[in-house]
Amino acid sequence: MDFRFAEEEERFREEVRAFLKKEVTEEFLMGLEDRGELDFSREFTKKLAEKGWLAMAWPKEYGGGGATMMEQLIFNEEIGYFQAPTGAHRQGINLIGPTIIAHGTEEQKRRHLRGITAGEVVWCQGFSEPNAGSDLASLQCRAVEEGDDYLITGQKVWTTNAHRADWCHLLARTDPEAPKHRGISYFLVDMKSPGITVRPLINMVAAHDFNEVFLDNVRVPKENMVGDKNQGWYVSQVTLAGERSQIGLPSSCKRTLEGLVEYVKETKRNGEPLAHNPIVRRKLAEMAVEIEVNRMIAYRVAWMQHKGLIPMVAAPASKLFGSELLQRLTGIGMEIMGLYGQLELGSKWAPLRGAMARMHMYSLGIAIAMGTNEIMRNILAIRGLGLPRA
Amino acid sequence: MDLGFTEEQEMLRTTARDFLEKECPKSLVKEMAEDEKGYTPELWRKMAELGWMGLAFPEEYGGMGMSFIDLAVLLEEMGRACLPGPFFSTVVLCGFTILEAGNEEQKREFLPKIANGDLILALALTEPSARYDPASIQIKAVPKGDDYLISGTKLFVENAHIADYIICVTRTKNGASPEEGITIFLVDGGSAGISTTLLKTIAGDKQCEVIFDNVRVPKKNMLGELNKGWGVVEKLLEKATAALCAQMVGGAQAALDMSIAYAKERVQFGRPIGSFQAIQHYCANMVTDVDGSKYVTYEAAWKVSNGLPATMEVSMAKAWVSEAYRRVTLLGHQIHGSIGFCMDHDMPLYFKRAKAAEPTFGDADWHREVVAKQLGL
Repeated sequence: MDFRFAEEEERFREEVRAFLKKEVTEEFLMGLEDRGELDFSREFTKKLAEKGWLAMAWPKEYGGGGATMMEQLIFNEEIGYFQAPTGAHRQGINLIGPTIIAHGTEEQKRRHLRGITAGEVVWCQGFSEPNAGSDLASLQCRAVEEGDDYLITGQKVWTTNAHRADWCHLLARTDPEAPKHRGISYFLVDMKSPGITVRPLINMVAAHDFNEVFLDNVRVPKENMVGDKNQGWYVSQVTLAGERSQIGLPSSCKRTLEGLVEYVKETKRNGEPLAHNPIVRRKLAEMAVEIEVNRMIAYRVAWMQHKGLIPMVAAPASKLFGSELLQRLTGIGMEIMGLYGQLELGSKWAPLRGAMARMHMYSLGIAIAMGTNEIMRNILAIRGLGLPRA
Repeated sequence: MDLGFTEEQEMLRTTARDFLEKECPKSLVKEMAEDEKGYTPELWRKMAELGWMGLAFPEEYGGMGMSFIDLAVLLEEMGRACLPGPFFSTVVLCGFTILEAGNEEQKREFLPKIANGDLILALALTEPSARYDPASIQIKAVPKGDDYLISGTKLFVENAHIADYIICVTRTKNGASPEEGITIFLVDGGSAGISTTLLKTIAGDKQCEVIFDNVRVPKKNMLGELNKGWGVVEKLLEKATAALCAQMVGGAQAALDMSIAYAKERVQFGRPIGSFQAIQHYCANMVTDVDGSKYVTYEAAWKVSNGLPATMEVSMAKAWVSEAYRRVTLLGHQIHGSIGFCMDHDMPLYFKRAKAAEPTFGDADWHREVVAKQLGL
């Protein structure tokens, strides 16, 4: 056993860290917040692409850097620590790119992969529908053949970045008679296509991240189907192949904890620094312990993938742990701040720029997005531990 | 980075698991909880023959020269088996103290005997104040001629009743700070003036009250330097805590394995209870706790094993594992229902050990305060 990274890995970490320190400054993050785009920056994504880091772990033949899982882990850890914006490339790099590499035609690869690795094309994901959330396979959006095209009609919801995206990868039903998992196909849809209407959904943080997307006879050429007809459910599963450690959660939490430690050292209550209060000390120490436990769980996921093993238990465990840790940490942060904890960004009285309350509210969404934590627990129990299905 | 065990370590694990399943069945564990000695010389002898007692001692002292991580693997399996007896107190608590603080002569005399299974030792550290800080060491050792005379009470001393030697942490001086003035002695268990009383504990381990009444110890039995014993104790506690975490991890994994197996086979409402979401979520929480416990423990053990500063990691591990082991065994009981509540069942062995291990070497709150200090609070 060896918990050290290799020397060249440490050097790489230093390089990434130096870059992020220069780029992800307070002013830069404030600028994003002013634009209402906290987690979205095409410019930043392009800079990562120029450094060759965006698709670092993709195979070289597809424009990737051929990096190891451990290098990807380090990169993601630092990105998380600096709380840098990834919204402009996350879908393309983690989900759609690997899916096209695994199941796409040569033409699809030629046409789409470069835009993703160059950080020029933004993708959104058209999976969830009003009546297909955790039970995704019951989706109703229809795709009907007409000549060389499909006509897609239906509604998608919670579509992050639909209002910013150039393309959408989308699941639609191509055989309504088949059992629900076997009648779905996977499409690549140009967001400029006629018949697409995007309506904003403002989240509880008052941010415009996700949307409703209405499709009304949207014409999609047949060559935009990924994989075979009615194989869309199977195709969509490949998205599990990317780096799955979710290291960004504990590393972002680490940064937040560091901010809280400084805050309690500097802030006095009843003439005493908060850092002297045993309850405050206990709570922050508890968080430090949990962050370390989470970091180890996440490292193990990446290490298993590095070794070609499939982290059937560790990967969902890491998402579960990280999202719930973020809730606890930011909740505790707000508690420690007392009345000040409720102050939002922009108030001169708000500690840590009001980030704690904002992150706490966002944490509710993270326990739901990409598979609710209940679904993660089911997956863990059934696929990871072999418990019987209902 | 390498988060895997070596082939040799995997082999050690398999050998230990097979051996303990055969030689230390749960029936023996339960029998030993009732037995006054709390171990069988036959099993002790067989473990010694496998080289376990000297596993992590240098070869020059009759050991196998293996690492602390190797020992952690073995301890995990002992935790899984709920191994009763004086291995932990003899090897981890006392063996490492002698290795750390003993002079050449003491090491040459005692370590090979421990490695051979010829000696049983107990560490008399805690007193009725039941704390692990230097101020808690009150028992007096007073020089008299070529000897010291020890008087006072030690409490929660595991295996003192069967110990050939008791390592006693004493106060020899009231210094400027509580750390100053602590001295460690290696006391013959048969010395006049020692009386031991077994405490009745939930886990059926053999913790004792030990009263020292003017117990005479030759000066040459001092371990380490006069008045400077606390540094040794601190180092030992770090190792012992990491070792205990490894043992706890093994127990937690066993409780999880049992619970998953039961959830698959127990049928209610016409289906295995493991198909119910509530039970699946319990299992998911348990495995997350166990996995988390493992790698935070391995990280601590790896640091200890490589002689790196490990205060933060060891305290993080104990803070987490103390509560995780408790949560895992509680949910395991919930999954087992009434059958798990029975004395004859194996689940209670783990729950009781989890509860007993929680305060040992400092509970979660204690270690969180260590972490708070390390964070600069």
